[in-house]
Amino acid sequence: MPDDAMEPAPQAPAPVRHHETVVTGPMEHDITDGGPDMVQFVDGDGNRLPTSPANEAYAKIVEDLTPEDGRSMYRDLVLVRRIDAEGHALQRQGELGLWPSLLGQEAAQVGAGRAMRRQDYAFPGYREHGVAWCRDVPPENLLGMFRGVNHGGWDSNANNFHLYTIVIGNQMLHATGYAMGIQRDGDVGTGDPDRDAAVMAFTGDGGTAQGDFNEALVFAGVANAPLVFFVQNNQWAISEPNYKQFRIPPYQRARGFGFPGVRVDGNDVLAVYAVTKAALDAARAGQGPTLIEAFTYRMGAHTTSDDPTKYRIAAEVDIWREKDPITRMRGFLASKGYADEAFFDAVDKEADELAARIRKACQEMPNPPKPAMFDNVYVDPHPVVEREKAEFIAYQASFEGGK
Amino acid sequence: MTAQKLSLAKGLNAGLRKAMEHDPKVVLMGEDVGKLGGVFRITEGLQKDFGEDRVIDTPLAESGIVGTAIGLALRGYRPVVEIQFDGFIYPAFDQIISQVSKMHARSLGHLRLPLVIRVPFGGGIGAVEHHSESNEAYFAHTAGLRVVTCADPADAYWMIQQAVASDDPVLFYEPKRRYHERAEVELDEDAGAPLPLNSARVARAGDDLTVLTYGPMVKTCLDAAGAAQGEGKSLEVIDLRSLSPLDTETIFTSVRKTGRCVVVHEAPTFLAMGAELAAQVQRECFYSLEAPVLRVGGYNIPYPPSRFEEDFLPDLDRILDSVDQALAF
Ligand SMILES: Cc1ncc(C[n+]2csc(CCOP(=O)(O)OP(=O)(O)O)c2C)c(N)n1
Repeated sequence: MPDDAMEPAPQAPAPVRHHETVVTGPMEHDITDGGPDMVQFVDGDGNRLPTSPANEAYAKIVEDLTPEDGRSMYRDLVLVRRIDAEGHALQRQGELGLWPSLLGQEAAQVGAGRAMRRQDYAFPGYREHGVAWCRDVPPENLLGMFRGVNHGGWDSNANNFHLYTIVIGNQMLHATGYAMGIQRDGDVGTGDPDRDAAVMAFTGDGGTAQGDFNEALVFAGVANAPLVFFVQNNQWAISEPNYKQFRIPPYQRARGFGFPGVRVDGNDVLAVYAVTKAALDAARAGQGPTLIEAFTYRMGAHTTSDDPTKYRIAAEVDIWREKDPITRMRGFLASKGYADEAFFDAVDKEADELAARIRKACQEMPNPPKPAMFDNVYVDPHPVVEREKAEFIAYQASFEGGK
Repeated sequence: MTAQKLSLAKGLNAGLRKAMEHDPKVVLMGEDVGKLGGVFRITEGLQKDFGEDRVIDTPLAESGIVGTAIGLALRGYRPVVEIQFDGFIYPAFDQIISQVSKMHARSLGHLRLPLVIRVPFGGGIGAVEHHSESNEAYFAHTAGLRVVTCADPADAYWMIQQAVASDDPVLFYEPKRRYHERAEVELDEDAGAPLPLNSARVARAGDDLTVLTYGPMVKTCLDAAGAAQGEGKSLEVIDLRSLSPLDTETIFTSVRKTGRCVVVHEAPTFLAMGAELAAQVQRECFYSLEAPVLRVGGYNIPYPPSRFEEDFLPDLDRILDSVDQALAF
């Protein structure tokens, strides 16, 4: 080497060769407590947590809640869990073809649903039975598509609760467009609490990977739309844990799209309520979107078709059982003296009755007449569909006693 | 003899395993394909044996899956992509139509995209919406893509290997309601060369009428042919196997022999495979035809809720009804 050679740069590590090394770093399933940014008001035992940098902005909302509010949120949690358990049981009994359970996510959904006003609009995925409940959607309405008698079929505008969307991510853009419509109608920032409206868009942790989800964040940011993205991070997208979907948690992504993101303890109904209410208030006031990540857990299988023992360890479920949203709220109410045993018993009894009502409605849900499958394909008469419907009816009639 | 009784699903699994052993550039990717082995377990055990580098649990984004598969292919890999269900391929539609199908032509032949896109398709499993669709015609309509479908375990085993070996991109349709049907599969190449990927197969020989079908309907049509036999009608059933290109020689030879043709598929009939087949058959077999080519398919409505699907999907009765119409012509 000549004397005037420049000091050689420190040797870079040898490039990683694909056939020698695993490309992905040693990422592991992150079983954390949600981190210091997570907004939380009640701990696992039901104790009210002190004010912290993470929760102080929302403390007033929680303090403004009455004991009656607390009791009725608890009631919602219990009833929603019962609706879900009944859905699961009905699937096992062959009354439903499939059921996606929300077990473990009750507080995330009730907290979000309860923060909405009548004129707000929800765009759910397929697991949002708890949000549906808070929107006063009769639980029976949710059963039809899982029984295979319809594709949803409810009137979304009756309760401002859109049809379930199964194709992951699609509804995020619908929600954004709906919110853009609210802006154009001038129903933002008027100060009239009965007029200003916002939209909530629900998806899961896996859903944050979809193009549609990310495009929705772009559109919502650009439009400053009155919209709350509500990501229930239940840690799993079927068999894939968080680290297969993202390197930073979803709430931190919002900033890059130009609006705030918040992580909330999804098993703490008061915290979810407070964070969602603040985000919705801001959206209705014209301050634009927020992304809320509710940090929670899918206690059950992905759906009744899934077998989680293939990919996750039971110990993880045990950890989360300790954080059960209902036990926690019950502990909070009891320790504060806001509710007594008689109240809890009455809620359980109401849940029993609701379950019986749902079961009966499901068992009695008739198969629609066969030619109904040709209905509503188009608004106006369509010759192909009309001809096929007529042929179908004639064909069916050709079988003695029906096919 | 190395024949083994395998389900169609296991045939695919064994075929993928062989393809991966044969060529280290073969990588599998998709949602839940790794640890879980896919929701239908087609890739079961492959991540364990070939590593996370070669069996990739991707983020939940179909455009992302196909788009990155294109990049991997450009870098010399042979990606085999799983789309979890037929109805979830549409986010990737743009990548498939705009890029996958055209790359070879756009580059004047400099670039090849040897990728396979596996699609479990069709109904009959009582699923909720978007899980039972037959969207093969969209892709068969698009030049630059090969579109094939297996109907039995032996074809599953061999065709998936041939698809992986193809230097053209292949849409590989798997009849999900047949995944668990079992048959003897000869696993040894030397025991008789498998049919080429783009050949049709006479699944049952007959004289009176040709039934053209593929995928999940092959079994239904064979059952129908069995029933027709009892009534003295001899049906020839052709499993097309390849939808693009079509093995027209096998098709025309059969129709010229029988003089009658019924096409059967699950997809709604309007502008579907049956339309193309009917047009080609009437052009090429015009002087042999004794009856118009008839089509039996799904009705031209969105795939219905599962309680309707038995009536939506072609079944024995509907196939035989059309067979009778054609024979009575
Ligand atoms: C576009 C699309 N691709 C694939 C699927 C199949 N699928 C259904 S749910 C699911 C995982 C969803 O995970 P996540 O978004 O975390 O929500 P979760 O089910 O956990 O509530 C997948 C891959 C789908 N429904 N839509």
